[in-house]
Amino acid sequence: MKITKEEVEYVAKLARMYLSKEEAKMFTGQLDKILDYINLLNELDVNDVQPTSQSVSKRNVLRKDTADNTFKKEESLKNAPSQDKGFFKVPKVIE
Amino acid sequence: MSLCNMAISELHELLRKKKISSLEITTQYLNRIKQTDDKINSFITVLEEDAVNHAIEADKIISKNDDFSALTGIPVGIKDLISTKDVRTTCGSKILHNYSPPYDATVIRKLKENNAVIVGKLNMDEFAMGSSTETSYFGATKNPWDTDRIPGGSSGGCASSVAARQCAASLGSDTGGSIRQPAACCGVVGFKPTYGRVSRFGLIAFASSLDQIGTFSIDTRDCAIMLNAVCGHDPADSTSAKLKVPDFTKALVNDVRGMRIGIPREYFIEGIDAEVLKAVNDSIELYRKLGATIVDIDLPHTKYAVAVYYIIATAEASSNLARYDGVKYGYRAKDANDLLDMYCKTRTQGFGAEVKRRIMLGTYVLSSGYYDAYYLRAQKVRTLITKDFRDAFEKCDVILTPTAPTAAFKIGEKTSDPLQMYLSDIFTISANLAGICGASIPCGFTSDGLPVGLQLLAKHFDESLIIQAAHTFEQNTDYHKKLPDLG
Repeated sequence: MKITKEEVEYVAKLARMYLSKEEAKMFTGQLDKILDYINLLNELDVNDVQPTSQSVSKRNVLRKDTADNTFKKEESLKNAPSQDKGFFKVPKVIE
Repeated sequence: MSLCNMAISELHELLRKKKISSLEITTQYLNRIKQTDDKINSFITVLEEDAVNHAIEADKIISKNDDFSALTGIPVGIKDLISTKDVRTTCGSKILHNYSPPYDATVIRKLKENNAVIVGKLNMDEFAMGSSTETSYFGATKNPWDTDRIPGGSSGGCASSVAARQCAASLGSDTGGSIRQPAACCGVVGFKPTYGRVSRFGLIAFASSLDQIGTFSIDTRDCAIMLNAVCGHDPADSTSAKLKVPDFTKALVNDVRGMRIGIPREYFIEGIDAEVLKAVNDSIELYRKLGATIVDIDLPHTKYAVAVYYIIATAEASSNLARYDGVKYGYRAKDANDLLDMYCKTRTQGFGAEVKRRIMLGTYVLSSGYYDAYYLRAQKVRTLITKDFRDAFEKCDVILTPTAPTAAFKIGEKTSDPLQMYLSDIFTISANLAGICGASIPCGFTSDGLPVGLQLLAKHFDESLIIQAAHTFEQNTDYHKKLPDLG
């Protein structure tokens, strides 16, 4: 076993998702199989290899720090599931 | 006269001679969508009224000018993860089912500047995670050549709509083959440009170091026309390349004499369908006959590509999809006890199983204690895969492979086994890891009448070479002229 049901439940918690008992069981089996496949990479010696994070290597791209036109408040809020007085509204955070 | 079956270049010619109007073209395409989309479900949103209005605008421009862009008045479709201002953009997901972006993606701005007519938003695997367009919250898309089969994915709607002539061309995205594999399944031309060639600004992210916007079209000439419109540097995308973009229609040359075409032995493995293999081998022979030099090449780390991809892509996805929390846009679960419960319920109810599976895998490979073993190791093997291509392109100009190991499979055939589904991208994934450009073009049919795709790859920013090779192939075959019969 590459991954246990407990680990799957822990990872779901990190990813902010609830899993039903059936889902936890299903994902454990499927992820175990995928991780087993991924372990193919262990047969390579990569000690002296530099990692690639992006295929077109580049320096940082910077621009002048000047103000530009941006969205109006109404545009920013128009997709909000809940809003109040020009703010995004969420369930109470502080008692 | 059916305008829907014509190429963009032909429609443009008729518009230029004032023989037809954009409104006539657009009306025919909208009717075609009405007649056929209940059979194949290419579209999530059809923009009938907008399209008619834009067609009328285009006709005004055409009436005043003799010199207008090749896309003026031409109906195109857009994969539903490319942001369109005030038009619902869902990513095929419940979590964005009601989201309308407040801005246009750069590629949409460019299409609008070219006066193209956007007819609708196209179906896809949820968040582009899939190879079959079966995971969409809006139902599966079907292959117009055989509606019991998948159209490929994740850009299934882009490929099916172009094959079924519901739009003249479309824009999709390719993270591990999501343009090339559906293009192969549906018998159209699919082009994934070099990473950095097309701005990703407004493309809703799946795996940022791999995602690239590209095109679907009925032939290579239309592909060149579409690429001319959307390629180019964009200050709004820091990974976009500051390079001059050539006129891709200049590469439409019927000549491959002296071109070195590399055949990587690692791609001709067990498990390739015999009819696919035959079509690809026949294509190699055709190129040889046309004067190309066929060279054997090695891409020795090919067998690791799928494993590398499913670490890197899921890791990036788990980070990119953290933003869907029900606060600022999209779906929000009701009846939450507190803020954390709201996040968790929203994500639990808003994401489908495949997206959850990939977020889980990505979170796991990035989690404390596993980072070096999985993510860092995958990034290092990515370097080796990139080096394979660099070495190979010393010996050849273009690499030729099958696009996918089989033609389109049956709906439901691979849904219960994610690993089998992942392996359908085995030939396309490496190009994304290396960031090079690639295309799939029609190269034959199976005995069941299903299209087979030929993949052509070239080094960074060498799109013109692929276009030349693809165009030459088309000039000497007629696979791209065959259309599916949807009644």
